[in-house]
Amino acid sequence: MSIFEYNGSAVVAMVGKNCFAIASDRRLGVQLQTVATDFQRVFKIHGKLYLGLSGLATDAQTLYQRLVFKHKLYQLREERDMKPETFASLVSALLYEKRFGPYFCQPIIAGLGEDNEPFICTMDCIGAKELAKDFVVSGTASESLYGACESMYKPNMEPEELFETISQALLSSVDRDCLSGWGGYVLVVTPTEVQERVLKGRMD
Amino acid sequence: MTGSMDLPAKGGFSFDLCRRNAMLEKKGLKVPGFRKTGTTIVGLVFQDGVVLGADTRATEGPIVADKNCEKIHYMAPNIYCCGAGTAADTEAVTDMVSSQLHLHRYATSRESRVVTALTLLKTHLFNYQGHVSAALVLGGVDVTGPHLHTVYPHGSTDTLPFATMGSGSLAAMSVFESKYKEGLTREEGIQLVAEAICAGIFNDLGSGSNVDVCVITKGKTEYLRNHQLPNPRTYASSKGYSFTKGHTEVLSTKIIPLKQKAEVAEGDAMEE
Repeated sequence: MSIFEYNGSAVVAMVGKNCFAIASDRRLGVQLQTVATDFQRVFKIHGKLYLGLSGLATDAQTLYQRLVFKHKLYQLREERDMKPETFASLVSALLYEKRFGPYFCQPIIAGLGEDNEPFICTMDCIGAKELAKDFVVSGTASESLYGACESMYKPNMEPEELFETISQALLSSVDRDCLSGWGGYVLVVTPTEVQERVLKGRMD
Repeated sequence: MTGSMDLPAKGGFSFDLCRRNAMLEKKGLKVPGFRKTGTTIVGLVFQDGVVLGADTRATEGPIVADKNCEKIHYMAPNIYCCGAGTAADTEAVTDMVSSQLHLHRYATSRESRVVTALTLLKTHLFNYQGHVSAALVLGGVDVTGPHLHTVYPHGSTDTLPFATMGSGSLAAMSVFESKYKEGLTREEGIQLVAEAICAGIFNDLGSGSNVDVCVITKGKTEYLRNHQLPNPRTYASSKGYSFTKGHTEVLSTKIIPLKQKAEVAEGDAMEE
């Protein structure tokens, strides 16, 4: 069994029209046993920047704590929030520093840039950045997520439609993966508000 | 944990998770694969300079992770480098050498030379004995003329008139070996590079999508991103999927309005 499959996870982010959505499943397991059904995988860095972490849960929490620490120092020194592109470079550098003993996480970074232009990117566990204009996926359900997003995604979706699309892509993909699922958590961020929703999914 | 947080990072690699990872591996948990760039990368020297080419597929095992990634990395205004191997390693090593070249330009007030980039890359890769898995095709034009080199992960280098690297290198090399000649014009050079990359795209499973080309001549560099798109996405239905609002079952909703940040205007300087 791979280290990535120890806890199980599914995280996906999609770009819409002046908005983005980031979603994750809610299961925390220890190999095949489920230990929690309300596990948080999507974390807020600042009002318009969110980080989703799939993979080994302990490394996800440690990485999140280290990144929030670095961002708080940045806020104190620069008196402003970090841009999403800068944050992505920070995460990439932090992961590459551990090139020969990595954190077993695949981060997804999603944020609204300077002029509310949505930005999403993902990286592998040693920090190889992949910028995308449409969607990014990570986790044990990533292969199903690639397929679902590839067919369901349309460019320039409004927030309501983007929510429906990302939810359907997430739920249909985790239904084909034993290690992730047990509900869904979706965040849609527009320049004026953040909509958090908990989805009802199959609890098996 | 607090102790290590207080000291600022000195740069370079940190090995503090290695013991834990070795323990996990002994327990039977396999280490995940890193994102590789499968790849076909090529370079050739033509009469006025150098042409570099690359495909745009990034793979994670058998899955395509990125259909349009950039494999031609900037090193200096007159030097570019294509990278194959582990994606994080090629990006990190080219970024690092690019920064070192920039500092060197400030220190020497001269345009960077290709051999400088070459030496910086090969010493870094040799120091890590091949564990930094980056196979590179480095090309550029400096005061001494056009240069093309290949750099292997263990730190050895070759200087060649035409070169290919990556999983699609055999397919691309077959095109070069049959059609390359000295003194090619710019158009012939671009055409030959595009043909070699296409050979890799269509015959090698680790390479795919589009062709990126970079033409470097004395005083001018042209980065032709997506020069050819031989694999368009034609199967998408024009209507697409449409989910009506309320389709998904929601357990709870929370809407948080975002506070607009207030701009604080700088006060006028005090009058003395």
